[in-house]
Amino acid sequence: MMRSILLGALLAGTALTSAQAKTTITWWHAMGGKLGDKLNQIVADYNKSQDKYEVVATYKGSYPETMTAAIAAFRAHQQPDIVQVFEVGTGTMMAAKGAIYPVYQLMKDMGAPFDPKGFLPAVVGYYTDTNGNMLSMPFNSSTPIFYYNKDVFKKAGLDPEVAPKTWDDVIADSKKIIASGAAKCGFTSAWISWIQTENLSAWHNRAIGTLENGFGGTAARLEYAKDDVLIRHWANLAQWQKDGIFEYGGPVGGNDAPPKFFSQECAMYMDSSAGRAAVIANAKDFQVGYGMLPYYQDVKGAPQNTIIGGATLWVLQGHPKEEYQGVADFLHYLSSPEVQADWHQFSGYLPITQAAYELGQKQGYYEKNPGSDVAIKEITLNPPTANSKGLRFGNYVQVRNIIDDEFQKLLGGQEDAKQALENVDKRGNELIAQFEAANK
Amino acid sequence: MSTKRNTFRHRTLPYLLIAPQLAVTLVFFMWPAAQAVIQSFEQEDAFGLSTTWVGFQNYQTLFADPEYLNALKVTVVFTLGVTAVSLGLALLLALAVDRMVKSATVYTTLLVWPYAVAPAVSGVMWWFMFNPTIGIFPYLLHMVGYDWNHGLHGTDAMILVILAASWNQISYNFLFFVAGLQSIPASLREAAAIDGAGPAKRFWTITLPLLSPTTFFLLVVNFVYAMFNTFATIHATTQGGPAGSTNILVYKVFNDGFIGLNLGSSSAQSVVLLFIVIALTVVQFAWVERRVQY
Repeated sequence: MMRSILLGALLAGTALTSAQAKTTITWWHAMGGKLGDKLNQIVADYNKSQDKYEVVATYKGSYPETMTAAIAAFRAHQQPDIVQVFEVGTGTMMAAKGAIYPVYQLMKDMGAPFDPKGFLPAVVGYYTDTNGNMLSMPFNSSTPIFYYNKDVFKKAGLDPEVAPKTWDDVIADSKKIIASGAAKCGFTSAWISWIQTENLSAWHNRAIGTLENGFGGTAARLEYAKDDVLIRHWANLAQWQKDGIFEYGGPVGGNDAPPKFFSQECAMYMDSSAGRAAVIANAKDFQVGYGMLPYYQDVKGAPQNTIIGGATLWVLQGHPKEEYQGVADFLHYLSSPEVQADWHQFSGYLPITQAAYELGQKQGYYEKNPGSDVAIKEITLNPPTANSKGLRFGNYVQVRNIIDDEFQKLLGGQEDAKQALENVDKRGNELIAQFEAANK
Repeated sequence: MSTKRNTFRHRTLPYLLIAPQLAVTLVFFMWPAAQAVIQSFEQEDAFGLSTTWVGFQNYQTLFADPEYLNALKVTVVFTLGVTAVSLGLALLLALAVDRMVKSATVYTTLLVWPYAVAPAVSGVMWWFMFNPTIGIFPYLLHMVGYDWNHGLHGTDAMILVILAASWNQISYNFLFFVAGLQSIPASLREAAAIDGAGPAKRFWTITLPLLSPTTFFLLVVNFVYAMFNTFATIHATTQGGPAGSTNILVYKVFNDGFIGLNLGSSSAQSVVLLFIVIALTVVQFAWVERRVQY
């Protein structure tokens, strides 16, 4: 049953291959809407800039759909040259040694100019192997930031120009806002798993799991329940939800969270820096303020640095050399400061190279657009430690669902924070053990 | 069977005639099913680079997994809920329409409409109506003091998916009940009425027993519908949440296989479902068809 559907997905995807004089490079991606238009524009510009290669970009749906389509295609030997994979798929891609063509290797083999040191360490750190080699090319990386409603702050008698720094500030401000009637709820959050769990640990320099959060190999296991800061934070969130200070926005990306902020029901909101464009477009009746994620000031070492999310480009094995030359050339083009700065400023994703960031500074972009550099400041706040450079576990897509599951049980009063996180570890580690066994 | 048998003179002709159908069945049903069975005994990485034969390990893990047992329980509750709601309401509507003389066709036509709405669309519709942030029903329920939030409360979520999944199915059941009612001779009911039986008595002792072939048929159809055809409804409304409280077996297969890329476990789950379908089919043919005859 599985395979027949996988085959179907694959047939739909390969219909676009066409025979041309130019070497065709296929790229499957998950960027819909405005981001998709921008991506197509970048591809069109590249195709115009030279006449040897023709990049054909194909939208394959959501991140999981794109990844599944590429894997199904690989199994049927019809894989694209490049596929965009979200960060939690990294563990799966990395373990597939015979299926991927590591980017550092590709650039070396094809003799393309490539300087790994030019990339922002906090971004590429997530995608390098233990020897420091870049395995995939970062394309759209983001990190969670803090948004707040300046008008509501003013109405509640708070200084609208000062973003709350610590969780104590967030709660004190929330209480004032609710008491004054300026808004019904204090704050909401997208992505409980990514923002209020993984990033909370990294931001407080706490380990998520063993073996450097999984960077040290597939034998790594989750250790969420060993982090007392995280237990305390989850317990707080449950209490704040009960008190009406916090409103839960739903599982995965938290679809209900943005409307709560846009409709001014909640005064504060945490979401990806890539959500900035949407926030500006939707916050029609109020001014938006930006800040770094809050932290618990009594925790030593906080704030450390945030970790990224988003996606990278993986090159797949099984194509002729001419195509790989084109792929190397295209990846080089994609990481050029001009293309990067343009993409970063348009989308709110991080600039992946130092040069792109500097170009933005020279253009005066960050002065003209307050809040646009918060994300960069967060990931570069301190040099990443073993706890804060990211996480890498197999089957992590499912582990994220488990985090949502257990968080919902916590909010529903079926278990306390410690039990919830212990269950995340227990259930998550079973999946991670299966992954380890399947990838020996 | 006492019907006359027609025999073909040509030996191979009958096989040739059924060959296309057989080919379709083999390629699109038997082959993938066999693949699933094989895969359920293997543990494999997503790319198919390394495959290990693990015997019954996937099944053992499955039946030791509290989440899977929860999915089984959820499926039973959901299936019974959908069947009860859609059969009950359909019967009620059919009985009402059966009493109409002139307007029966108009009502029938109107009541069949929901069946034409795609499950994904109706799912989104129910999702909108019950959305805790923007929906109309949570707003109304809040006024009577009920805090509806299917994003947090498992029971609310279950009620929502049962309603959403039943809504389409009511039309289907309704049609069969109307047809079934029309085939019950009016003379029986009239005779009972003359003997002094009231409407309730007539319903329980005459209408319902005579409707039982229809009811049993619909029971099986609704079981199968609720267990296997409600993927779109779940996907559009709760996506199995909160905390797995609406995670029915079919949805779990999708989630583990296509989102989680855990092919071995997902295939094992498909095989379990395969056996459930076989069991239901056997029940339908061997038991229902035989027992419910008048």
